[in-house]
Amino acid sequence: MLSRVAERIYWLGRYLERAENTARLLNVYSTLLLDLPRGSRIGWHTLVDITGCKEEFDEKYQATDERSVIRFLLADAKNSAAILNSVEMARENARTTREIIPAEAWEEINNLYLFTRDNASKGVARGPRHALLKEIISRCQMIAGLLAGAMSHNSGYNFIRIARSLERADMTTRIVDVGSVTVLPELASENGEEDISEPFENTIWMCVLRSLSADQMYRQHIQDRVKGEHVVSFLLQDAHFPRSVAHCLAKLHRCLHELPSNRKALKEVNDAKKMVLGADIEALLASGLLEYIDELQVKFADIHTHIQQAWFLPVPKD
Amino acid sequence: MEIDWKSYNPGSFYDELISSPGYARKPARILARYLRSLSHEELQQRKAAAELAIKTMGISFTVYSEAGNIDREWPFDIIPRIITETQWTRTSKGLEQRLRALNCFIHDIYNEQKILKDKVLPAELIAKSGNFRKECVGMKPKHNVWAHVCGTDLIRDTDGSFYVLEDNLRVPSGVSYMLENRKVTKRVFPELFENYDIQAIADYPAQLFETLAALSPRPGNNPEVVVLTPGIFNSAYFEHSFLAQQMGAELVEGGDLVVQDDDCVYMRTIRGLSRVDVIYRRIDDLFLDPEVFQPDSVLGVPGLMRAWLKGNVALANAPGAGVADDKIIYTYVPQMIKYYLGEEPLLENVPSFLCIDEKQRKHVLQNLDKLVVKPANESGGYGMLMGPQSTKAEREEFARKIKANPRNYMAQPLISLSTAPVLCDRSVEPRHIDLRPFILQGKDIYVTPGGLTRVAMTKGSYVVNSSQGGGSKDTWIVSDGGS
Repeated sequence: MLSRVAERIYWLGRYLERAENTARLLNVYSTLLLDLPRGSRIGWHTLVDITGCKEEFDEKYQATDERSVIRFLLADAKNSAAILNSVEMARENARTTREIIPAEAWEEINNLYLFTRDNASKGVARGPRHALLKEIISRCQMIAGLLAGAMSHNSGYNFIRIARSLERADMTTRIVDVGSVTVLPELASENGEEDISEPFENTIWMCVLRSLSADQMYRQHIQDRVKGEHVVSFLLQDAHFPRSVAHCLAKLHRCLHELPSNRKALKEVNDAKKMVLGADIEALLASGLLEYIDELQVKFADIHTHIQQAWFLPVPKD
Repeated sequence: MEIDWKSYNPGSFYDELISSPGYARKPARILARYLRSLSHEELQQRKAAAELAIKTMGISFTVYSEAGNIDREWPFDIIPRIITETQWTRTSKGLEQRLRALNCFIHDIYNEQKILKDKVLPAELIAKSGNFRKECVGMKPKHNVWAHVCGTDLIRDTDGSFYVLEDNLRVPSGVSYMLENRKVTKRVFPELFENYDIQAIADYPAQLFETLAALSPRPGNNPEVVVLTPGIFNSAYFEHSFLAQQMGAELVEGGDLVVQDDDCVYMRTIRGLSRVDVIYRRIDDLFLDPEVFQPDSVLGVPGLMRAWLKGNVALANAPGAGVADDKIIYTYVPQMIKYYLGEEPLLENVPSFLCIDEKQRKHVLQNLDKLVVKPANESGGYGMLMGPQSTKAEREEFARKIKANPRNYMAQPLISLSTAPVLCDRSVEPRHIDLRPFILQGKDIYVTPGGLTRVAMTKGSYVVNSSQGGGSKDTWIVSDGGS
């Protein structure tokens, strides 16, 4: 497989997963706010923070209100983190690798783009938002299914899986971030805002699980009532749940293993696995969880760099 | 309101489906009756269904001038064009004959130049040709074939016979649209396929792959065939990607390829460098190799010509094949057929006047308002003078151009392109069309059954180029008499 094609199909995988995950994030956040008392300290700004594009947002929008944040993350074609942008980039990468992806998968990716382009701005209003995001999520799932069922599980597919696992691990840490930011008492006092009382903590963690379609599997795995410590441990360390960080890293490891010249990338993945499995969640929840998650995300960026160096075209020197 | 064929009037033009108001040609009768059985709403629904299919299948082409939205949906009219098998068989033989002669000519020009020595063709024409590549002199490509893929433009005059308008021997495009048009028609009018025996066209990618694979310089059953594209901004990118996908070949860009010290071509893969045997190149000669041609080209591959001249890689079409894709050389094709093959041409050229000949030039200059003047080497309908629709200033400008460089111009009378019914907003109306069949030559020769029918979507217009607002139709070759 051509290095250039590998690179494009990798980005196809990342953008598809990113679009789906961002849709999940917006969906859960919108529902979460309905369950919390009005005027509580959970603000829309948190969403902008966890997607890592605060600067871009502040440049263009005056207020951190619901409409601005949703527009920014859903329908703002100029925001690189917006769903519309992810979908467009996924389509562009698919369009330039059409010769190797199944035609029906391309048609659906194209449809996802056309659908999102035509409907994204409708989701700024609360009413139609849920249905819109759900549709985007379903379409992403359908594409993943088509790729799994109609594309040979060769190097090309391997790069999609690599991209998906990495993007997914990254997004799971971001969603854990949301949960922690909203419930951790230390932060509340830090910001001088009102603390969220105990009953809401449960609601928030439930929402976090739901955003990753993890609530049911969590319940089967841990019968006890929903507790932050268990949720974070489940999402970071569970070996079997497909969106847990540990599971994503294990899958990433297996996929990388099938490629040539994989030594450096594998080493980074192993380091990350150790970081995740060796973590003492209870202690981290007491202090240092946010810093820990930051470190993990840096590690993911390193993994990406090694993938790029090993298999993609060298960046042309001007 | 449903279609009223009695109010459909093609006038003096040859119409492909309707011979005179209310009367469909024999093979088109079932189609005409079927279309009339649909209500206006049903017809518009089918049209919308076709547009949707094109949108979701992502059948697109690229327009350079429209920055921002570079990818446009392919324009398509749902009413197919019908040609009978008997008529097509003869045309198809004529196309084969033509390409065989053209390949003999190209090979001769780069080797012995017998045709010039025998004065069948003036040597001056080659000396001043913009497409003659001196770097190719002495080269003997496999099977002595240079133009492996040819797209020949045919038109039908009022008498109903086909004439050759031009041969495209450099990087002709359109075949993917021919294939996709058929797919769309199958989605939109599946019922019609029950009543007609329509020759299948889906075999083309396999034929193309076989033609290309047979050019491989290395023995063995698994030649590495790649399609070389200038990239996603090229107007035909869709086609490059489509053909690569259909053939199961890699779609490469210049940066993916490298010529090593052994003068062989390799592509950069995730497992390192991998040897390439055959390149179906969809970039022009001058961009192929910056070491030989345009030094600032970033589309090509440094050293590619070296590898080709040494016989380490096959290029299709071969560099320099364009020497025969020249509107002046075109006028000599009938003589070439007699000279190289000893046969009478089965397909006629559109009558042409050469400006390089003093007498003919005089005629052209005196009749600029009646003629179509074409430069030798433009494609896509650019740089032409449409005499009858021209202004005085345009005619004066062309007169100056012709006098300054007579070798570069030829003129043809305005041929009446045939028409076919096109579904418009309110009714069906005649629009002018042409036909581009595709011919493959390698070890064997193959002609597509039918080809790409291009439509001038504007009433009365003769301009069928998609870059200038042209549309297209599915083209059916059916056994005589319909069902």
